[in-house]
Amino acid sequence: MSARIVFIASNTFREAVRDRVLYNLIAFALLLSGAAILVGQISIDIERLVVINLGLTAVSLFGIVIAIFIGIGLVSKEIERRTLYTVLSRPVRRWEFIVGKFFGLAGTLVVNTFFMAIGVFAALLYVSHKFARPDALIFVALYFIILQFLIICSLALLFSSFSSPLLSAVFTFSLFVIGSFAEDLRGFAGMAHGLTRWLASAAAYLVPNFSALNVISSIAHEQPVAVQLILHNSLYAMVYAGAALSGAILIFEYRDLK
Amino acid sequence: MKSISKTAIIASACLVVCLAASIILLRRVDRIRPQATLDEVLYISSPKVLKRASLGYDGLMADIYWTRAVQYFGHRHFLYSRSYNELAPLLEITTHLDPHLLVAYQFGASFLAPKPPNGAGQPQRAVELMEYGIQNNPDEWRLYYNLGFVYYMELKDYAKAAEAFERGSKVPNAHPFLKVMAAQMAQHAGEFETARALWTATYQTTQDRQIRANALEHLRALRVDEDVFHLQELVNEYQQKIGIAPSNLNDLVAMGMLSGIPVDPDGHAYKLTADGRIEVSEPDEFPFITEGLPPGYKPAPPKFHVQP
Repeated sequence: MSARIVFIASNTFREAVRDRVLYNLIAFALLLSGAAILVGQISIDIERLVVINLGLTAVSLFGIVIAIFIGIGLVSKEIERRTLYTVLSRPVRRWEFIVGKFFGLAGTLVVNTFFMAIGVFAALLYVSHKFARPDALIFVALYFIILQFLIICSLALLFSSFSSPLLSAVFTFSLFVIGSFAEDLRGFAGMAHGLTRWLASAAAYLVPNFSALNVISSIAHEQPVAVQLILHNSLYAMVYAGAALSGAILIFEYRDLK
Repeated sequence: MKSISKTAIIASACLVVCLAASIILLRRVDRIRPQATLDEVLYISSPKVLKRASLGYDGLMADIYWTRAVQYFGHRHFLYSRSYNELAPLLEITTHLDPHLLVAYQFGASFLAPKPPNGAGQPQRAVELMEYGIQNNPDEWRLYYNLGFVYYMELKDYAKAAEAFERGSKVPNAHPFLKVMAAQMAQHAGEFETARALWTATYQTTQDRQIRANALEHLRALRVDEDVFHLQELVNEYQQKIGIAPSNLNDLVAMGMLSGIPVDPDGHAYKLTADGRIEVSEPDEFPFITEGLPPGYKPAPPKFHVQP
């Protein structure tokens, strides 16, 4: 990775921290500690399940919201503030700018997830009093969540490269929702005929498949995740994020910035 | 600077006063419209729609619905309610959202099956819930055990109970007790012995404090039921021999039919009423007894004596 990409990425990370993005950790800590203490009193026998389900769901949703709301402004904000021209007047290529922004945002989310993961494990220790071997599976769920973030970041950047922040947010969030229904869409394609089948199949493969990346519920029940699924999901997330990022670079490369 | 401080003080005071007033007003509004409580409302009753709407976070949604089911049951149980209309749909939603949430099947069946006020009086729904649980978790022997339990205790269907225990006994790592229960059901063994065996197994095989306490309470009630049943037999026998009913239990002792005045598990002596019936002295202490209750007795809320 070129030094310029690293520089843009670290600046993006610093900017996100300056924007008080990591403040969401306070809300997360309050949510998780509240749930860990309260659930035992208002429910029966699901303290551990709630800590895992709520903890990982919160890690995922907080991260997705951050990815969308920061991702959509990464390009447009630079244009609006005219700082982009300063950056591009230096020996920085447009594609390096996009890739740097992507890694900066992804880095922010990884750091955020790291601190949240500490919170999840602390809450788990509070309710279970000890760690068990199946708790290690939580790392797999966290890894899949980070893969989700990579896809969302790349999509937010793609939309941000040609659209307004508001529309980019709508597009990215819509794709996240549709992506959660990707398997249903494929099922629908299987039932349809003719042109509808082709269109539905194309849509099903075009939207990101987030359902395969969500293993929270099975991890909560200590069900192991196949190594092959980890490998395939990793490759899928990288390939999909790569495609979205390439699209963003293509659009940004030909965009008239005057 | 001074004016800013003054503004800040006034704004803070306004904030606190307005918040407090809004809480007070909301409480008054709640009193005016008591039906506005949420416990009878199930806005979305379709488990499939809810599963889709959860966007893949169905585990957390299942936990929320399970907590709702527990709160709903607990609240209505506390009010001695005889209707639990939303309980079965809540459990159905919970288990569709997370088919591996075993606790929802195990506790859910014990909420649904018993007659009111101890449960919803819907044993058939409990059977459906357990069958759904078995379909999704075929290797969990406890689910077969709970199914047999419902068939035996609530539906008195011994053949189906035997079949459930038999199916469960074939599951890998099943408790050996299931085979014994299947045989006992097939032989139609004495009701007290079978019920005691079931509750003892429940007590011994669970780690959950509440289930253990509930099993102990049922074992206490079973002992009382059995005592009353045998004492009543002795009273009838005395009446047949002497021609008149005994005036108190000392008459049975004098006849050598009893070695002493029998007492319940708490040490209270059983009473013989003027019309020749055996009654327990403190029925509130035994919420699950079916024998020896005073006429027109209204049960008190269950209290658990032993914290295992």
